[in-house]
Amino acid sequence: MNAEALLGCFAAPACIVTQVSAGMIIGMLIFLVASGVTLIFGVLKVVNFAHGSFYMLGAYLALTVYGASGSYTLAVLAAVVGVGLFGTIFERFFMSRVYNADVLMQLLVCYAFILILDDVVKIVWGGDFLKMGMPREFALPPIKVWDGYVPPFYAFLTVFAVAIAVLVGALLRFTQFGKIVRAAAVNRQMVSVLGINTSLVYALIFGLGSMLAGLAGALAAPVRAAVPGMGFEILIECFIVTIIGGMGSMAGAFIAAIGIGLIRSFGSIGFPLASEGVMFAIMAIMLLVRPAGLFGRKAS
Amino acid sequence: MTARMENIIGILLAVAVTAATLAFGGKALLDVLMRLAIFGLLALSLNILVGYTGLVSFGHAMFFGLGSYTFGLLMQSGAVSIPVAALLTLVAALVWGGVVGMFCIRLDDIYFSFLTLAFQMLLYSIIVGFVSLTGGDQGLMGGIPRPPFLGLDLTDPRQLFVVTMAVFVTCVLIIRQIVQSPFGFALRMIRDNAERARFLGLPVQRYKLIAFVLSGLFGSISGILMSLYVSGAYPNFAFWSTSGDVIFMIILGGITVFLGPLIGAAVFLLLNDNITRMTEHHGIVMGVVLLAVVLGLRKGFLDLLDDWWRARAGAVR
Repeated sequence: MNAEALLGCFAAPACIVTQVSAGMIIGMLIFLVASGVTLIFGVLKVVNFAHGSFYMLGAYLALTVYGASGSYTLAVLAAVVGVGLFGTIFERFFMSRVYNADVLMQLLVCYAFILILDDVVKIVWGGDFLKMGMPREFALPPIKVWDGYVPPFYAFLTVFAVAIAVLVGALLRFTQFGKIVRAAAVNRQMVSVLGINTSLVYALIFGLGSMLAGLAGALAAPVRAAVPGMGFEILIECFIVTIIGGMGSMAGAFIAAIGIGLIRSFGSIGFPLASEGVMFAIMAIMLLVRPAGLFGRKAS
Repeated sequence: MTARMENIIGILLAVAVTAATLAFGGKALLDVLMRLAIFGLLALSLNILVGYTGLVSFGHAMFFGLGSYTFGLLMQSGAVSIPVAALLTLVAALVWGGVVGMFCIRLDDIYFSFLTLAFQMLLYSIIVGFVSLTGGDQGLMGGIPRPPFLGLDLTDPRQLFVVTMAVFVTCVLIIRQIVQSPFGFALRMIRDNAERARFLGLPVQRYKLIAFVLSGLFGSISGILMSLYVSGAYPNFAFWSTSGDVIFMIILGGITVFLGPLIGAAVFLLLNDNITRMTEHHGIVMGVVLLAVVLGLRKGFLDLLDDWWRARAGAVR
């Protein structure tokens, strides 16, 4: 615990700006992964435990494509499309076989994929930390905010993540596809009786959720080192966020993710060893006081 | 066959295996059986939750890690004897299991799995972060002292083997007693229909908590045995992959037959050792085997055997 450093930081606007922007990008990455999990769970009622590995896959794909083409735009696209496709295949050939089995089976299918993907990444990219560095597109002078400086990529990442979240939300709320999805979440059988191919809807939603994970991975590549096993770390944070924010609530996940991001970044100054503990403490208090989470509907 | 008969046969079998190993077996067989006893106990203890209560804990390794670290640290302090250290470790597991369990059992299904996993990672990060006490990534180094007690010297591998087997058999018998007791049947009822159990006046939450704590206690005993066996404790004991491995063992062996997890542990260790010897890409092979079992067989080996047995018995009748 280093309260002095923390207070010192709160006294200096430059430090606050730096830490808030760092916290925001951590939060946004967690939010993107968590929203993928939430989306899939909301409709399909299964939890993709392998979602963190999808995020990892996205980061590595972006790294490779950026290395080959030098275009970050292309890298992001490749990660989104690649992981989206992978997720759809995973759903069609593996996950869909255990929808009616119990949680244990679903967990094990995902666990098998976590093992396999970690190893595949090790074979293809090696087990060491890989760094992408700041993409050329963002080699710009930092933006001056208040008394501090924010790297342009940080600002881009935050705005972009929010925009994507709004876009997905709008897709579900205002389009025909969104209506079908929401109906399928309530009663799959009824929707399929109406002549709609619900298997396709499920695969698309799983693909969409996976794309969010791939996007998060691609956005993480410039600011975080890629390493096998990186998926699991974010998965845990993602679960904490879902529990604090309320299960199935995107808004809750958003607020909780920002909270966790800020705790992480300020915690790295004030209480580096305890920042994890603080996250758990908040989760524990939430479970005691409001088991359904910030925005969750009352648990049955 | 009555339950008592089965118990007696089980004890006799264990004694025979132990005696035969001591008489004819070499160091290698001793090691294999000790690891089987340790992981078998870990898998059986988790099955109290998974198989009998229907709660899929993905954080069982926390008790394994907690047991081995607490016991190892107590022994390294030099202040207590082995039995006292083991007892204190159980108290620690009781407290941790009680507190963590109180949170976890508030949630059902997949969220229960999340939360157990999260608490396990909390313990893991404490172990890795608290370097001055636990040695961080390196693990508990310098060996665990094993002063003689009650005329037993556990530095002798043969005596350690006998004690491990004795503890293992005792724990298995107690677990069996638990799952065959009215309490055990109440757990099955909670698994099958928690709501109905509640209507009948069963204190469902309290029973779940007791099951959680019991499962944790036996898990920590397995951890104690492990720290004695390797004379140390390592962070990966409390890592999520260990939890995953234990679930893997349970599913390999089967969750419906009492000794299923033990058979699963045997198959798992056999697979694991051979794969590790043959290839460094052990994750891929294990992952594919797991997929084959889950999607192909859809049941553990003893479950299949049990089905076949019942079908045959039905045909004869």
